[in-house]
Amino acid sequence: MSQLSTRHLLGIKELSEADIRLVLETATNFKEVINRPIKKVPSLRDITIANIFFENSTRTRLSFELAEKRLSADVVNFSSSNSSVKKGETLVDTVNNILAMKVDMVVMRHASPGAPHFLSKNVPANVVNAGDGTHEHPTQALLDAFSMQEKLGDLKGKKIAIIGDILHSRVALSNIFCLQKLGAEVRVCGPVTLIPKYIESLGVKVELDLQKILNWCDVANVLRIQLERQQIKYFPSLREYSLYYGINKKMLDGLNKEIVVMHPGPINRGVELSSDAADSSHSIILDQVENGVAVRMAVLYLLAGAKG
Amino acid sequence: MQKRLVLDQQQIDITLKRFCYQLIENHDDFENTVFLGLQPRGTLLLDKIVALLKEISGITVPSGYLDATFHRDDFRRRDFPLKANETKIDFLVEGKKVVLIDDVLYKGRSVRAAMDAMIAFGRPQKVELMVLVDRRLTRDYPILPDYYGVKVNTLDSQYVVVEWVAQGNPADAIWITEKVTS
Repeated sequence: MSQLSTRHLLGIKELSEADIRLVLETATNFKEVINRPIKKVPSLRDITIANIFFENSTRTRLSFELAEKRLSADVVNFSSSNSSVKKGETLVDTVNNILAMKVDMVVMRHASPGAPHFLSKNVPANVVNAGDGTHEHPTQALLDAFSMQEKLGDLKGKKIAIIGDILHSRVALSNIFCLQKLGAEVRVCGPVTLIPKYIESLGVKVELDLQKILNWCDVANVLRIQLERQQIKYFPSLREYSLYYGINKKMLDGLNKEIVVMHPGPINRGVELSSDAADSSHSIILDQVENGVAVRMAVLYLLAGAKG
Repeated sequence: MQKRLVLDQQQIDITLKRFCYQLIENHDDFENTVFLGLQPRGTLLLDKIVALLKEISGITVPSGYLDATFHRDDFRRRDFPLKANETKIDFLVEGKKVVLIDDVLYKGRSVRAAMDAMIAFGRPQKVELMVLVDRRLTRDYPILPDYYGVKVNTLDSQYVVVEWVAQGNPADAIWITEKVTS
């Protein structure tokens, strides 16, 4: 099969295992492309893509933009801070106005969970979710899975720990869906206040002890404390959080096993991950960033590829 | 289904040897020459040529696999995108004499895409094309092979099938078959 079962990428939940494997396989080809002297292919030269970001982003927006440019697409960027959204324009009106300028695909980040789903039902373009509130961040999960697979081979039976602020993380949810579909075992770890109440209904075990989860896992995917989404205090202080859930190189070396450390960025150095751990040989954080471009190229290529 | 044999095992062996001697004639000691096999089926022919050339002349010519899927001109014109294959080239083609190798030359569109893909690895000094079968009446682009095994007159309603022992077939063979219409 060389076609996705969907014309939008709204979340990992909607994808089949075959869809995920197709994206990862195609991303392998694009990783080779972005390591050539000329890193560009002409596939999307007749496509215009709008990157619509209603929330701040550095990595994801840059990564999407690079992916689009390396596929030869025309790119327009939009951020809500300097737009008519401030004047009261609705989401559908904003996007339809952009689409009236003959835009074929929309990559959107929005603070409200479900915003891309809503958009996909109301506009004719392909929609790619670049993060919707605390819901999903599908391309991050795909690039995480791709990076893990590159390091460990097939993920069937592999033990993956997601550590940190699970409650506010769209990366955690997308990772759980993605890794489980690929046959991995997923556990989450963090302060009890940052673990969603019904997370076990997703088939995920909860571990509150950091040392225990590090002993168990092949991969530690460490998440950032999302202070900007926290309306109340979930733990006494960052210092205390760091003491209980911060990972340093000494802990990793003391495990006496191969362990892969990942982080979707941006890292709060000294909080969830110490500098020596983030820069250690266990870490594949910069590989994740490189792979992000290849995975996003694969997603855009596969979505754009179906006959309109 | 009608099936007509174009070349059998012995004829293919003779053709491959001829290719090698033609290459030796044109490229001398292969000092500045590289071979690129076009994915997916040109790579099998490439491997055979590289091995045979080493047997005959003792020279191992640098070679790689080139996939042109992302450079094709029918993207978004098919019902679904083609699956890409591996590109494996660990050298630059800048200033090199490149021999592109494929099994069948049909419309010329794959070769055009391959030349486009190849440019990502540098500006070659010269490019040649080697094909086992030249379907000479079905060309869309003005592309001709420098080395060919056999020229055949075929219709769009026919396939040219190249079978290799390496793919699990009983013998190397080239057939012309009719497309099945339902």
